[in-house]
Amino acid sequence: MSAATGASTSRLGSIVGAANVWDDPASLAPYAIDGILPNSVVRPGSAAEAAEIVKFAAVERLALVPVGARTKVSMGAPPRKYNLALDLSRLNRIVAYDPGDLTLSVEAGAILADVATALGAHGQFLPLAVPFHRAATIGGTLASGIDSPLRQFYGTARDFVLGMDFITGDGTIAKSGARVVKNVTGYDLHKLMLGSFGTLGVMTQIHFRTFPAPRGLRAFVASFESSAQAWQMRHAVGDSPLRPLTLDILSPGVFELFGSAAASQWAPESYEAQTLSPGRWSLTAGFAGGEKILDRYAAELTRLAEHAAASETAILPEDRVAGAFGRKREFIPIALDVSPATVIMKLSALPSRMNGLLETAGNLFAAEGVAWAAIARGAGVAYLALLPKEASVQAGETFSRLTAQIIDATAAAEGNATIPWCPSAWKKGIRIWGADRAEFEQMKKLKAFFDPGGVMSPGRFVGGI
Amino acid sequence: MDSRLIHELQKLLGSNAVLHKPEDLVLYEYDGSVEVARPNCVVFPKSTAEVVGIVRLANRFETPIVGRGAGTGLSGGALARKGGILVVFSKMNRILEIDAANQRARVQPGVVNSDLSAAVASLGLHFAPDPSSQKACTIGGNVSENSGGPHTLAYGVTANHVLALKAVLPSGEIVSLGSSALDPVGYDLTGLFVGSEGTFALITEITVKLTRLPEVVKTLLAIYDAVDDATETVAEITGRGITPAACEMLDGWTLRAVEEYVHAGFPTDSAAVLLIEVDGLRETAEAAAAEVADVCHQHRAREVRVARDAAERDLLWKGRKNAFGAIGRVSTTYYVQDGVIPRTKLPATLRRIAEIGRKNGFEIGNIFHAADGNLHPIILFDARDELQFRRAVATADEIIAFCIEMGGSITGEHGVGMEKDRLMPLLFTEADLRVMRGVRDIFNPHGLLNPAKIFPSGKGCGEIHVNPLPVTTATLA
Repeated sequence: MSAATGASTSRLGSIVGAANVWDDPASLAPYAIDGILPNSVVRPGSAAEAAEIVKFAAVERLALVPVGARTKVSMGAPPRKYNLALDLSRLNRIVAYDPGDLTLSVEAGAILADVATALGAHGQFLPLAVPFHRAATIGGTLASGIDSPLRQFYGTARDFVLGMDFITGDGTIAKSGARVVKNVTGYDLHKLMLGSFGTLGVMTQIHFRTFPAPRGLRAFVASFESSAQAWQMRHAVGDSPLRPLTLDILSPGVFELFGSAAASQWAPESYEAQTLSPGRWSLTAGFAGGEKILDRYAAELTRLAEHAAASETAILPEDRVAGAFGRKREFIPIALDVSPATVIMKLSALPSRMNGLLETAGNLFAAEGVAWAAIARGAGVAYLALLPKEASVQAGETFSRLTAQIIDATAAAEGNATIPWCPSAWKKGIRIWGADRAEFEQMKKLKAFFDPGGVMSPGRFVGGI
Repeated sequence: MDSRLIHELQKLLGSNAVLHKPEDLVLYEYDGSVEVARPNCVVFPKSTAEVVGIVRLANRFETPIVGRGAGTGLSGGALARKGGILVVFSKMNRILEIDAANQRARVQPGVVNSDLSAAVASLGLHFAPDPSSQKACTIGGNVSENSGGPHTLAYGVTANHVLALKAVLPSGEIVSLGSSALDPVGYDLTGLFVGSEGTFALITEITVKLTRLPEVVKTLLAIYDAVDDATETVAEITGRGITPAACEMLDGWTLRAVEEYVHAGFPTDSAAVLLIEVDGLRETAEAAAAEVADVCHQHRAREVRVARDAAERDLLWKGRKNAFGAIGRVSTTYYVQDGVIPRTKLPATLRRIAEIGRKNGFEIGNIFHAADGNLHPIILFDARDELQFRRAVATADEIIAFCIEMGGSITGEHGVGMEKDRLMPLLFTEADLRVMRGVRDIFNPHGLLNPAKIFPSGKGCGEIHVNPLPVTTATLA
């Protein structure tokens, strides 16, 4: 330990107590980001303590990365500098939950699954069926901007986060929004924090709108020869009065992924392999309600599938929905486990352009002999998992080229493409944040304002922010 | 105002696109609020390029600029508080693109809210945010104020439906924010700009999501002899897991005023009515309507009527959406408040509002988005009596302070503007406001754009500002 680190440890210890500052190698190891270790891990017990730490870091020019359960720290670019891991897992309280008001205030370090349990007791839920669901925290879920199959009906966190307490990069405790379901008082600064990878500040408490949990869940699955047919059905659903809770298109590669041992680990709910058909594209739709509503969905979806030349259709009964849904939710961690060098690309485009993009990607991968699987939200977002056989430098070059081609094709289709996950060793050669955008200039101004010392997760986000 | 600036504006836009005579300007000193402020000139750009030209001139002459749509706002957001150039977007009112397959539209800011919905209705689509002023208000104004409306609990506010913006910063720079594709990379600048009340940029193009029209809409009118029965009904509806598309409440005083004017069929001897709408698939809407009716009866509704067709439904909604017009017949001047409370605090809050009214000698009507907890108390006063106006404002402030005490907020959908700037410290700390001001200064560093809005001035928050005589009769909420 250097003298500087020693002084810093003692100052941090005076803020949070010595027991909550770790700097021994064994404790630091789990906080590595792309192989980079922090000098210390510090675990505040309150927002005020967290603010003191940020203030200290700003004065001392110590780079700080807020973390929760660390399930998604390998997303994004590695930090340019990483002195402190600000572990928020002790900030895990449900501060207020008023089921009658449909509002919830929860600290950033709370585990999503624990929150789900508390809400479930009142027949409510947060529509955040995100990957790493059992361990992920609220803060990490929001900071990573990860989406959920439920966005088809409920939208993303942007649509149901009502407000937030946060700490800016100079240690100021501030807030925006309020714990009411409707409010336009002041600027919606909390929207900036969503998906910002901890580069603007530290979220400490989040106000959510909660929703009644759907009852009587069913899932519809249809198999298709081609991606085009599956998208044809997706468009037909979009033109219909149906409002399914989820609507996803799965590539043929998903069949194997969902049958893997990794899948049972991430989504332990019982799952039957024949849910999907091998070698086929699938469209899945979740819906809920009373008997008449379920019958209507089943009949209409089956009719639309037949019209799009589905080779098979099925309605999953309630006891099989959880297994299929769990795997859809955990697509990313499953894919990360099945290859030594998984690359996850996220594409977004208008729904009408998605099939073309998936076909372009599929052709590129076929030409290189690359195994892959994709899950696409009907709303126009797709996650592509490229599954290299090895993590070699040469493979890295191939994937750098492939991802660049897809980024360019997506930009040409007026969409957005990024590479949220890839092996650390490949990150230098890969455009993790996709094509440049003119609005980065405005983002840099925001970053400079919120984090004047440049201490918040430096280098992790777009344009080196 | 500098006559050279007028001349330059005329050169840029044509002389018929610039108003500067006092008799013309007087029309632009109001919006739907009780605030008044006169601009020095009013201009009507036809393109983003012209907006850039206006902004450059404003910079050269160091003159404030304020954007304005239809001027239906209820917080003075589109008033030129410090004078200067009022930029009215009524000539930028084209729908630039409709993409039915992807449920998107790209519009200019001056497009009237209901015109967009009308333009896409034949495609089975609509623009979901529907403020009560939707027949007049513009989408640019909706974006600036993050407008709500009766259908927000189920469909969300404007921010939930805006994907991308083109805007002119006060520096004259054109910026494109967001993308028509979902999840644009980087910070959510679109989300930040929506609801920034015209203090960041002049918005010149908006890409919105369109929403499919529901297969079936069921509209119910539940009539009550006691206000508490109505509020308990609202609590139980969501308690049962039903999210109504809309759930509006009018108290006895308000419904009588409305009935006299609109003849929507509200019984004038009742204490409150709930206007509840459920929609979706036929099966979904029918099941929800049956359950809602059941809840209403359980909570002692005297009668529950279900609109049998679109005409009956429109009549019921006419009663709600024209409520403020109806009140305008009773009193030419009134002050509509826009508080928010957690919904479960409705009964207590209504009782407190009545007390506050009695104490200050005002009759206060109540109309509100019940499921959102978004209240619109209406305070009638005589504008010729300045003392009474001051008392009306103080009464409104007392109601807002109580909303905050209940865990609520100072504005649910009307915005802060120049109406509630002094109330911001009730909700936000000095540090919160410093951060918000700092964000404004990033985009609007010299305060050229929409100055003296949102943030309390140096006067101290206890002081009540008094304006010249206001007249408000608009049909807004």
